[in-house]
Amino acid sequence: MKTLYVLPVGKVPAQVLEWVDSIVAEWFPMPARRLTAVPLPEAAYDAKRGQYQSAEIMREVANHAPPDACRVLGVTEADLAIPTLTFLFGQAQLDGTVAVVSLARLRQEFYGLPADETLLRERVDKEVLHELGHTFGLTHCHDPKCAMSLSTHVGFVDGKDESYCMNCGIRLARKASALTEKAHEEGMADSGGR
Amino acid sequence: MKKVWPILVVDDEEVMCESMAAWLREDGYRVDTASSGVKSVELAKATDYAICFVDLKMPGMDGIETMMEIHKVRAEASIIIITAYATVDTAIQAMKEGAQEYIVKPCHPQEISMLVSRILKLKKLQSENVILRKKISRKYHYRDVITKNPRMEEILTLAKEIASHRSTVLIRGESGTGKELVARAIHYSGDRAEKPFVTVSCAALTETLLESELFGHEKGSFTGAAGQTKGKFELADGGTIFLDEIGDISPKLQADLLRVLQERRFYRVGGTEEVSVDVRVIAATNKNLPEEVQQGRFRDDLYYRLNVIEINLPALRERREDIPLLAEHFVEKIASELGKDISGISADALKVLIGYDWPGNVRELENVIERAMVTSHSDTLEVDDFTWLTQRTAPQQQNWDVPDVPLGELERRAIIAVLERKKGNVKEAAASLGIDRSTLYDKLKRYEIVH
Repeated sequence: MKTLYVLPVGKVPAQVLEWVDSIVAEWFPMPARRLTAVPLPEAAYDAKRGQYQSAEIMREVANHAPPDACRVLGVTEADLAIPTLTFLFGQAQLDGTVAVVSLARLRQEFYGLPADETLLRERVDKEVLHELGHTFGLTHCHDPKCAMSLSTHVGFVDGKDESYCMNCGIRLARKASALTEKAHEEGMADSGGR
Repeated sequence: MKKVWPILVVDDEEVMCESMAAWLREDGYRVDTASSGVKSVELAKATDYAICFVDLKMPGMDGIETMMEIHKVRAEASIIIITAYATVDTAIQAMKEGAQEYIVKPCHPQEISMLVSRILKLKKLQSENVILRKKISRKYHYRDVITKNPRMEEILTLAKEIASHRSTVLIRGESGTGKELVARAIHYSGDRAEKPFVTVSCAALTETLLESELFGHEKGSFTGAAGQTKGKFELADGGTIFLDEIGDISPKLQADLLRVLQERRFYRVGGTEEVSVDVRVIAATNKNLPEEVQQGRFRDDLYYRLNVIEINLPALRERREDIPLLAEHFVEKIASELGKDISGISADALKVLIGYDWPGNVRELENVIERAMVTSHSDTLEVDDFTWLTQRTAPQQQNWDVPDVPLGELERRAIIAVLERKKGNVKEAAASLGIDRSTLYDKLKRYEIVH
């Protein structure tokens, strides 16, 4: 069966990666595995803005996807942006393989406030669900409580639940189970052939 | 539903195109990208983009040129110019050339999402508006004036010829003969079709109210005039104003109206500033205006101003050959409205309808058919479905001992009798007499009946 990989890009605290592992295991049916960290690609750094170009990071993550990957989730401390937008909490290929979550603006310290580990964990969980949700074809949801609702401010992230609304949850479950069933059938065919 | 509005992102920088498209796709939109102005125009030829994000600085065809080329093939597309540097000059130029918005990168994520949803909301409203307009103009097309009566056909030919002129039209005819339908048909088949068609029923309002209704009023010009309000003449600017029951307006309003017709300018009630408008006037009346003029109740100069083109609509009893056509049309129309499976009218029932005199004209015919359809239980309307109509007609023909008096006196007595039976309820009396309320009021006034 195909695997969901988590790839640290640059230095990411072990604690955060453990949170990511556990939220992924909780919500997605395929086996999940962590990859060895890769350095932040220099080309992605935009010195003028002091930020990293999200598209470059996505490309880097895609380049490190193992052949059996069904999804690869990049996790980075880098502050992400795209040319037209001042920042991103994360980005994903809609119905694709690659997603990335940035921790920079999920940390209270970014806003000049004391660190808050509990809050950080909640935010990480929500953003992981959000970006991986996109890779399963979910678009932004109008329910502000749903993990798939659009967040353009950290306050909106805090307003969400660490779960999907019923509609998004059902759509995700359908897509994910179809994927695992297909993989299961392929696996059976393979073993039958041997 | 937003997937029906495709978006195009045009930028020579691949990373910019990709990331912007990815962001918008996450919002659920269908997004295409183009790496040059030329490619974007090719794409725009094939797809009706709702919004195009166009980078200002591109090699070859720049953002402004690209926008103009896209507009040539997709005039409705909203173009958003994106640039890294904002200067007042480029912003002004972009907006002048037709850009809907101008954004400077990088901008806050919220701005893009809000911008796109705001533009699409507007587009949705615009497209609804277009659909509604089409529906309305279809509804009031000449096709909907159903007739094979030579006089009516002549009227329709005349109406078509005058549709694109600004000349004032006076439509005369009894209540229910379709004066408003003809007025709308004139409006919606002329050059003014895209502009408003505004109806004012002159008999329904008192003099002061009618004045402010027609010309608008300034704040505080009378009790309750809270703010400046546009009158119907201003609202109809560029379009047509339909003044129904024009024969009922007061001498003062006749003078004001004359001035508007002559100068196309007027003052709001309580206002000191002149307002000028481009409005076509179509007036209608069921009164005999030349007689009103002779009696001194209607200004002759206004009458001649209004009566540039005159259309006299025949009463339904003068075009009985249209009754079967109209009846079938109403059956079909009302059947779909009521969701009833009634396919037509029997030959005998049609004879009853043709024989009836229809004082309320086409409107009465429609009401009669609707009433019959509501109560009918078969798939064809039969004579039985119209017995109440024959009962209404028959006693008048058979049992009435008609006194030897002028016709007007007979009408007067009939009105008094019905009013008494209806205990003075004008609405019910009018329904029972088969005329509308304004006609009944008119007759009450004429016969000096105090009720």
